Amino acid sequence: MDNEAIATLIKTNFPDAIIGSGVFRNELTIIIKKEFITDIAKFLKEHQELDFNFLSDLCGVDRVEMDGVFEVVYHLYSIYKNHRLRLKVPIPSNEPHISTVTGVWKTANWHEREAYDMFGIKFNNHPDLRKILMPDDFEGHPLRKSYPIDGRQPVTLRGIYRKDVDEA
Amino acid sequence: MTAISNTTTTHLMTINMGPQHPSTHGVLRLLLELDGEMIVKAEPHIGFLHRGVEKLAEYKTYHQCIPLTDRLDYVAPFSNNLAYALTVEKLLGIEIPERAQHIRVILCELTRISSHLLWLATHALDLGAMTVFFYCFRERETIYDIFEMVSGARMNLSCIRVGGVSRDLPGGFLEKTRKFVAEFPSRLNEYETLLTNNIIWKKRTVGVGVISAEDAIDYGLSGPSLRGSGVNWDIRKAEPYSSYDKYHFAVPLGKNGDVYDRYYVRIEEMRQSNSIVHQALNVLPKGDFIARIPNITLPPKEDVETKMESLIHHFKLITDGIQPPKGEVYSSIEAPKGELGFYIVSDGSSHPYRLKIRPPSFVNLEALPKMVEGRLLPDVVAVIGSLDIVLGEIDR
Repeated sequence: MDNEAIATLIKTNFPDAIIGSGVFRNELTIIIKKEFITDIAKFLKEHQELDFNFLSDLCGVDRVEMDGVFEVVYHLYSIYKNHRLRLKVPIPSNEPHISTVTGVWKTANWHEREAYDMFGIKFNNHPDLRKILMPDDFEGHPLRKSYPIDGRQPVTLRGIYRKDVDEA
Repeated sequence: MTAISNTTTTHLMTINMGPQHPSTHGVLRLLLELDGEMIVKAEPHIGFLHRGVEKLAEYKTYHQCIPLTDRLDYVAPFSNNLAYALTVEKLLGIEIPERAQHIRVILCELTRISSHLLWLATHALDLGAMTVFFYCFRERETIYDIFEMVSGARMNLSCIRVGGVSRDLPGGFLEKTRKFVAEFPSRLNEYETLLTNNIIWKKRTVGVGVISAEDAIDYGLSGPSLRGSGVNWDIRKAEPYSSYDKYHFAVPLGKNGDVYDRYYVRIEEMRQSNSIVHQALNVLPKGDFIARIPNITLPPKEDVETKMESLIHHFKLITDGIQPPKGEVYSSIEAPKGELGFYIVSDGSSHPYRLKIRPPSFVNLEALPKMVEGRLLPDVVAVIGSLDIVLGEIDR
């Protein structure tokens, strides 16, 4: 399916959910409201023509400086139909949480953990929402624009990793 | 998992495998819950090699990000360079000269071969076949010599530029690569005589770490790990980039989705890559090795020394960097490990506002628990090897 047909199909099925859409460099982007994410994800995967069976990527973007929101960006692909779609969901920065899509694509599990780790975005009903790349005691979320590039932690990494050893 | 209820022991043992373990291919830590020798639960812990590449990129110009990408999948640096450069080029909306595209294909496929050679060497070593290691490193050495001719570096090439490559192929490159390409198929046969029909190899790999095609897609597997399960998806065919549509090659597929099939897919892929290099050497067109676009690519050195405008362009580009239009793009390539994607959000300045890397190993590793739970401890080593992970790109 081409970009226009995909956009029309989603718009007719979820007229209330769409905030905006656009095509840049032949890539279709659709921005939706966060309440609809689970329904739309299910629809995109299960619809026979769309068949978005492959979640390529899921990530957060910090747009607090620009629009005052975090964004969760889903890159979807259909292996059998060979088309792509970018789904964007703005979520308020003071209360960043959104429903998980792990029930739709299992691969979302680690991607969502990473977005939680890097941006502090909470994914409701996620089966195992823990930090993934940073140490457990790490304070803050490093990919937020408010976290400085030369940010220092109150406890050094060595301190974190040696804590159990030192206490024993 | 049904076997667990039949055992007599009730005491589960938790052991740490890694982060310092030769078979975890880097700093991967696996928390394994064992019932005797059987895996009840496996939990990968990652992040030991986290360097914050995505954060660093936000403070660098578009060209300065290229060396960062080398250090992701450090056994296939050119693929990372290419994936990044293609994304920036897509953002800029520029065309690349044909010669540059073919040079990129040659280097990319050589990189695939060298990456697969390292995988084969270590995978076989993990499972107790030592000879293969020496054979593979012999050929890998030749490829690295070729890389050294092209870029001056053996591992972290960084010889790609937005718009093409940093310089033309050096004299002697074609002869040396032709010689390698002519020899390589017989070398591949050598590896295969050691493994493909070897009864010990088969006992360690056939039926181990099985994942169905449906699960593989659900877990987001890509590359040879997905094709081992019989899913015919190769980005070089599905969404051709860098003139891959001009080459004839097959996409090898497995049937059962076990360690053996993933092994066989990669072996065949090396044959196909070798054939692509062979074709590319024959059709390599004449022309520019980099697009000549002011404000995006550096002018030729001789112009900088003799022409005022070129000097100004050079100065502006070095100090200000490339300033792409506002927008966002995602583009991915078929890296040796699978779909390597870059997502760049540009705010119109000379630094990426956000750069997200979609590393294939990160996603492939996620399926590891699914493949090993209910199986024996030694199978973990076989499965990790068959996923071909590199922690550099998992942790970023």
